[in-house]
Amino acid sequence: MRYERPETLMDATALLAEASENAFVLAGGTDLLVRMQSDDFKADLVVDIKSIAGMGEVTETEDAFVIGAAVPCAALGEHEALTAAWPGVVEAANLIGSTQVQGRCTVSGNLCNASPAADSVPALVAANAKVRIAGPGGTREAAVLDIPTGPGKTSLAKGEIIESVILPKPTARSGDAYLRFTPRTEMDIAVVGAGVSLSLDDDGVVKSARVALGAVGPKVMLVEDGARALVGTRLEDAALNALAAACSAGSNPIDDKRGTVEFRKQVAGVLARRAAQTAYTRAGEK
Amino acid sequence: MTSIAVSTTINDDDVEFLCQPDETLLDVLRNRLGLMGAKEGCGTGDCGACSTIMDGRVVCSCLVLGAEAQGRTIETIEGLANGSELHPLQSKFIEHAALQCGICTPGFLMAAKALLDKNPDPTEEEIRYWLAGNLCRCTGYDKIVRAVQAAATEMRGESA
Ligand SMILES: Cc1cc2nc3c(=O)[nH]c(=O)nc-3n(C[C@H](O)[C@H](O)[C@H](O)COP(=O)(O)OP(=O)(O)OC[C@H]3O[C@@H](n4cnc5c(N)ncnc54)[C@H](O)[C@@H]3O)c2cc1C
Ligand code: FES
Ligand code: FES
Repeated sequence: MRYERPETLMDATALLAEASENAFVLAGGTDLLVRMQSDDFKADLVVDIKSIAGMGEVTETEDAFVIGAAVPCAALGEHEALTAAWPGVVEAANLIGSTQVQGRCTVSGNLCNASPAADSVPALVAANAKVRIAGPGGTREAAVLDIPTGPGKTSLAKGEIIESVILPKPTARSGDAYLRFTPRTEMDIAVVGAGVSLSLDDDGVVKSARVALGAVGPKVMLVEDGARALVGTRLEDAALNALAAACSAGSNPIDDKRGTVEFRKQVAGVLARRAAQTAYTRAGEK
Repeated sequence: MTSIAVSTTINDDDVEFLCQPDETLLDVLRNRLGLMGAKEGCGTGDCGACSTIMDGRVVCSCLVLGAEAQGRTIETIEGLANGSELHPLQSKFIEHAALQCGICTPGFLMAAKALLDKNPDPTEEEIRYWLAGNLCRCTGYDKIVRAVQAAATEMRGESA
């Protein structure tokens, strides 16, 4: 195996583009190094992106927060403006692993690892986040929703690297939340995860909403019927029931030792409902 | 595989070593530098026995490549005591019997040090959440939490 630590994105994408299929970006390494321990995993090249200028910072622009691909999730929770703007995204990112994992893991790595249960991903999708992607042919943007394509698979082409995650500045009176169900409170993999973001008009009526679910299908899922159930309401019982029903119906989970299909479908509805209520309260307070 | 030359700072000393590109920082510390305090419980980030502080953040050294230490500042358990004078966390662990077999202890001490560096007055809940990535099969955790609280009190200069 070769280890490279390029100082520019151009060098990083060039290294990856020229390499064999067994070439990997190294961000926090909390997925990659675990995989490297297994005998049937082979890496020919690892490209550490942490020395690339700017990748380790969260930048606030006029209309967005730009989270560099090397920013550890612990730093997101320490960023006051980001936490105030997107508390749901930050709480999702801070749920990943332990304190030790938080010091290293990144949201871009969480996304590119493409686990259906990745915690930050439903929250990012609910927030309508985008990614900036650097590749041998230049830079492009894509929706977070379009990056994972199935368990362990992404739409990134050979040589492409996520440079940053871009969160739009939330509009006035909007809020978000993420909740997951795990058997243990800490250090466990989501059986179901639900992210909701919504914005209100001056009368407290939901103007727009996005609802996303994790761990109930091969990749993160945007539940448009769930969002529609909320728009035009003040989250009365009927609206919440319709949201829960849409989330249960939209889920397409597997049966495994951590949850049956039936259980996961029901929990998807329950968590979406609770996340919507928290997002609504947060929106009202802004 | 060609070895990589790394220069880093460990416990305030400039250190240089050669390592393989796929070698973890934990293996470098233990097998190349003779710093045997960090332990390997799992090798996959689950137990915290290998906890080490890198640039001020506690990390699992089993999930860091040795090569990544280049230019960083690393603190290990070997640097916690000041010569023969134990760190308050170490004395309080002894006083409160917060260890039995001891394999988890270096990891708990480094994680707790990182907590107290950041938050000198944590609540019991904050201590328990912060240390959730450190597993102990002997003590039942309670004595560890008490020891961390007692060390925090002493370090703040208050009497218990
Ligand atoms: C003990 C433990 C507990 C965990 N708990 C959770 C949990 O509760 N919830 C959860 O969701 N996950 C959990 N994880 C998994 C992991 O920590 C997260 O997925 C993390 O966000 C991965 O980020 P990273 O920066 O460490 O990724 P890395 O390991 O560096 O990379 C992961 C993958 O993405 C690729 N990649 C990384 N960055 C980029 C980029 N910028 N562009 C292109 N490709 C890239 C890498 O090549 C690799 O294939 C846990 C892991 C451990 C070890
Ligand atoms: S040995 Fe590193 S976490 Fe267990
Ligand atoms: S003292 Fe034995 S594992 Fe903690």
